Amino acid sequence: MADVPKPEELAQIDHRPPVFKPWMDSPPEFKEGIYCYGAKGKNLEVVGMPNARDWNPADEDWNLPDNWENIVKEGMDERLGRFRSFKLFMDICVRCGACADKCHFFIGSGDPKNMPVLRAELIRSVYRRYHTLGGKIFGKLAGARDLTEQVLKEWWYYLYQCTECRRCSLFCPYGIDTAEITIIGRELTNLLGLNTDWIQAPVANCYRTGNHLGIQPHAYKDMIEFFVDEIEEVTGVRVNPSFNRKGAEILFITPSGDVFADPGTYTAMGYLMLFHYLESMGLDITWSTYASEGGNFGYFTSHEMAKRLNAKMYAEAKRLGVKWILGGECGHMWRVINQYMDTFNGPADFLEEPVSPITGTKFESAKSTKMVHITEFTADLIKHGKLKLDPSRNDNLVVTFHDSCNPARGMGLFEEPRYIIKSVCNNFYEMPPETIREQTFCCGSGAGLNAGENMELRMRGGLPRANAVKYVHEKYGVNMMACICAIDRAVFPTLMEYWVPDVDITGIHELVANALILEGEKERTTNLRGEPLPGMEEEEDV
Amino acid sequence: MPTVEFEGHTFNVDEDGFIDDFKNWNEAWVRHVKQTEGIEELTDEHWKVINVLQDYYKKNGIAPMVRILSKVTGFKLKKIYELFPSGPGKGACKMAGLPKPTGCV
Repeated sequence: MADVPKPEELAQIDHRPPVFKPWMDSPPEFKEGIYCYGAKGKNLEVVGMPNARDWNPADEDWNLPDNWENIVKEGMDERLGRFRSFKLFMDICVRCGACADKCHFFIGSGDPKNMPVLRAELIRSVYRRYHTLGGKIFGKLAGARDLTEQVLKEWWYYLYQCTECRRCSLFCPYGIDTAEITIIGRELTNLLGLNTDWIQAPVANCYRTGNHLGIQPHAYKDMIEFFVDEIEEVTGVRVNPSFNRKGAEILFITPSGDVFADPGTYTAMGYLMLFHYLESMGLDITWSTYASEGGNFGYFTSHEMAKRLNAKMYAEAKRLGVKWILGGECGHMWRVINQYMDTFNGPADFLEEPVSPITGTKFESAKSTKMVHITEFTADLIKHGKLKLDPSRNDNLVVTFHDSCNPARGMGLFEEPRYIIKSVCNNFYEMPPETIREQTFCCGSGAGLNAGENMELRMRGGLPRANAVKYVHEKYGVNMMACICAIDRAVFPTLMEYWVPDVDITGIHELVANALILEGEKERTTNLRGEPLPGMEEEEDV
Repeated sequence: MPTVEFEGHTFNVDEDGFIDDFKNWNEAWVRHVKQTEGIEELTDEHWKVINVLQDYYKKNGIAPMVRILSKVTGFKLKKIYELFPSGPGKGACKMAGLPKPTGCV
C-alpha cells in the first residue's frame, strides 16, 4: 500500500492544464494510492460476472477476453438503445466547462481528466467514433478516437475516480448527469470483469448473506445484542429488539456498517433506543437478519446488479407481512430507493402507504416506494412533541451537518436532519452555503471508493469538504460533524484526522439518543460512547 | 496471487499481505507478521487478542467489531494500537489470519 503524502505536500495542487499536450496524446499513468485493487476471481464468479479471474490494474496484461472490443462496442450500442439519457448526454454537451471546477476530485488533484467534462469526454470520444457521422469520417478532428486497450485503461482509471456524487450535474446548463455517464461506463468495464475488489467483495457478500460485510444471521443478532448490553450500561434500561418477526407493522433496514463500524455503531444504538422509547406508544417494528443491508454496492457495478441486491428489501417486507419499511441513515441506498427501486422491483402494491403509528402523519413522499427515511420519521415525532429531550446532554458538542450527497441531491432531504439536530443540540453551525445542501461537497470516498489502498485519492477528493469543516472549526469551534450515511461515518474520521484533527463524526440518531429521556432511566453520567456528559467530568475522575 | 515463504511454509497472500484463507493459518504466520509489523516481542497480551479474534471468527465467520474486541479482551483501542501498531484490522486481524472487512466500513 502506497504511503500517503503529508497534508502540506498534498495541498500543493496545480490546476493549470498542460499547455502543449492535447489530452488524447496523454496516456494515463497509474499512480499508486489513486486506484483500488482489481476484483478477485472468486468474488466475480459468485454472482456470475463475466471474465472471472484475479487481476491487477498495475499489470500490463489485464487478461481481457479476445473479443473485448466487440463486447464493449456492443455493450455501448445496447445501452444507447436502452437509456435515452445516456444517448442524450453523449450528444448534447457543448464542453462549456461549467462543471470543470465543481468536482472535488479535480479540486483536490488538479488532474484535468478529473474535470467532469473531460471524464465524460473519455467515453464521448469513443461514442463519436462509432456513432456519429463526423466522428466516423473525420476521426480525431471531430473529437473522436478508436477504442484501444489504452483507452479502456484510461476509462477504468478515471471512472473509478468518480464518486457519482452529482455535484457537477447541478451546475450543468444542460442538466447532464455525469454520474450516469460514470454508471454506464462502469457497467461497460464490468462486462470485462474489471470491477475493483472493494466493490466486488461487498457485492458477493451481500448476495450470499444479505449484507456487504458477510454477517450471518446469528452474528447479526449477536452484534445487536451487544448494543443492548451497552445501552443498559449507559441508561439502566434494557431494550428488546425483535428480529425477522412476522406480522410486525414496520420493517427496519439500515446499512450493515451501522452494526459493525465505529462511529456508526453508536447510531445503531440510537435507533434501538428510539424504537424502545416508542414501543409503549404503539411502534411495532422488526429488524431483519436477511434484509440486513441498506447499502447497495451493486449500484456501483451495474443496474442489473443493483436490482438483484435491492430485491431483498421488498422480498423481506412481503415475507414478514409488514405494512411499510423504515430506512436508516444510509447514503446511496436512498438514491436507489427513490429513483430506481419502484421500477427495479416494484410496484410494492402489497405494502401500504406509510403512516406514523405515533403521530398519524402520512408520509406522502413515500407513497410509491413505501419506504420512509428515519430523519423524516423522527423529525415528525419531534414536531408533534412526542419525544422528551434534554439537548444539554450534547452541550459538549459544537455541531455542523454534512449533507450526504445522495439524500441531498438524490432525494432533496435538507430540512429534516437540521430540524432534528437543532432539537437535540444547543450548538449548531452551518458550513458555507456553497458547500452544503444541493451544493454539498462529497466525502471523497463514496461509490465504492472507500478502500484503504487509494488513500491519497480519498484525501484529495475529501479536501473541499474538509476545508469547509476547517472553516467552521476555526470560526465557531465546531468539534463534531453529523452525517446521515454509513460511508460518511466510516471515511470521515480518517479524513478529519488528516485535514482537521479535533473534529469527530457522528450519526444523527446518536445525538438523538443522547438527548432522549427514556422512561425509567438511571441518572446518565456518560454519553453512548462512554464519555462523561457535560457537567459530569469531575465525578468521572473520582 | 503473491506468496510468502517463511520458515519453510508457503502462504498465499493478497495485495495488503493478508493470508488468503484462515484454513492456512499457523503459528509460523504469526511470527512472519510479527516481523513485517515490526513488533519486538510477542507477549501473552498479543496472544489474547489473537485468540479472541480467532474464536469469534470461528463462531461467526467475520472479525468482531472493534468494540467487542475491546470489551472481551479488556484492552482499550489505544492499547490495541500499542500491541499492533497497524491497528486492530491491518495489524491484529492480519496476524490472526482473518480477512479484511469490506463495505461501508
